[in-house]
Amino acid sequence: MAPINNPVEVERQEWKKRQMKERLKQLLTVSSPIFMLLLWEVLSRTALIDPRFFPPPTAIITTFWELLASGELIHHIGVSLYRIFAGFLLGVIPGIVIGLLMGLYSPIRHFVQPIVMALMPIPTLALLPIIIILFGIGDLSKVVTIAGSVFFPVVINTAAGVLNIEPIHMDVAKNYGADSKDYFLKIAFPGALPVMLEGIQMGQAIALLTIVAAEMMGSVSGIGFLIWTSYKAFLLQKMYVGLILISFFGYLFSLLLRGLQRKILRWR
Amino acid sequence: MGEDVKIRIRNLTKVFYKKGESITALDGVSLDILDGEFVCIVGPSGCGKTTLLRILAELEHPSAGEFSIKAGKEDRPLQSMVFQERGVIPWLTVRDNVAFGLQMRKLPKKVVKERTDYYLNKTGLMAFADRYPKELSGGMKQRVSIARAFANDPEILLMDEPFAALDEQNKFILQEELLQIWTETKKTVLFITHSIDEALLLSDRILLMSAQPGRIADEIRVGTPRPRTMEAIRADPDVAEQFVRVLKHLQEEVQRSRQ
Repeated sequence: MAPINNPVEVERQEWKKRQMKERLKQLLTVSSPIFMLLLWEVLSRTALIDPRFFPPPTAIITTFWELLASGELIHHIGVSLYRIFAGFLLGVIPGIVIGLLMGLYSPIRHFVQPIVMALMPIPTLALLPIIIILFGIGDLSKVVTIAGSVFFPVVINTAAGVLNIEPIHMDVAKNYGADSKDYFLKIAFPGALPVMLEGIQMGQAIALLTIVAAEMMGSVSGIGFLIWTSYKAFLLQKMYVGLILISFFGYLFSLLLRGLQRKILRWR
Repeated sequence: MGEDVKIRIRNLTKVFYKKGESITALDGVSLDILDGEFVCIVGPSGCGKTTLLRILAELEHPSAGEFSIKAGKEDRPLQSMVFQERGVIPWLTVRDNVAFGLQMRKLPKKVVKERTDYYLNKTGLMAFADRYPKELSGGMKQRVSIARAFANDPEILLMDEPFAALDEQNKFILQEELLQIWTETKKTVLFITHSIDEALLLSDRILLMSAQPGRIADEIRVGTPRPRTMEAIRADPDVAEQFVRVLKHLQEEVQRSRQ
């Protein structure tokens, strides 16, 4: 190898190598799901894995188009999304309000904390029979179930977020004469936001887990219902369409929330 | 600059009590600080100098004794604190940080903007007005903290080791900038530091504190004519003598507290 004497040239070569490595990493990330699907397709087609339980992805896609064309899928997706959003909001908003109150006022925290801690480990799904009796088998019971699951991570993270604010920032607010409204709006709320948003992100994941289970148990529509009835009728291609939809929406919501987080928390 | 007393402190005592154990952080501290005076408190760490400042800033209640700050203009806050650079609020822009005190006092928007702009310019922060503190260097953040206090236009300024976290070069620059702004406003300043050089450069009077219990052990008048620069201070033989005096006191205190 001929020696290169120009130091800039040496570093340029190094930089090029680093760029190549970066591109390779991106390529690996993109190719992993494609590789997975290809492998599945091949194994299923060659019957190395049982195609009755694991139908090839191309067959699932065909079923997906059929369901989409018949309008059945749109109906289920619409119903589930409505329940997820309504339940999410119904859990997140009280979670934020109660979490902020807990973080700001220690008597409230000491009173509410044991209740939250005791109720949190109980899966809302275990209460589903009661929820169905109280709210029926329509949308409302699903919305309530999701709200119940989403509430806990949000309330706990919001309270933790407020308690996480550095004491020196509270001193600044006090020394410069902030009243309680200013303290809330300028210090407590923005200061708690980073940890609060982590809780909301967790709540979003839980909402998706909950909707499927809730719709499996007492429902006549929704993605969970689609999965459950297809499974019972052994229409596994249809079932996989439901599972893949859940995976897709989970990923989409995560990305949306991450984007929102970056936008709101520009100061970090 | 009149001879009137601006801050009057009488027998101020602070005891921290916890489960049968008590520590006397301040023990009967009495002192008068004149209007327009720049006073530095120097002492070993843990001598209660921060406690004294926090009591004056109304962030802590005294266990006994009292203090008063003489009010001048009616709508002026009694005191504002220049916090260490961590005290800059990270989710507010530089402008909102500087305007913080004024906004808390619900002053008219026009006044807030005027005074904020003035001190943003004064501290060279105008170009960074809409940035967040994370984009600023340590020295710039400390300028935000200083601008915030001066913009609030209080009767007295309390400074809690504002330059402790800065590197030497930035420290010198900020010290001289502080002196310039101070000369313009002639505010009464109570400044805490553990740096002897800093105290000799900035103050009219240095109060030496002893540790546990915290008392005012001695005071030194710094007569060096103003405007001062670091070079002039370093070349002055009187100052060198005073430096040694403060140094000896501090060393004795540190030795004593070790035993």
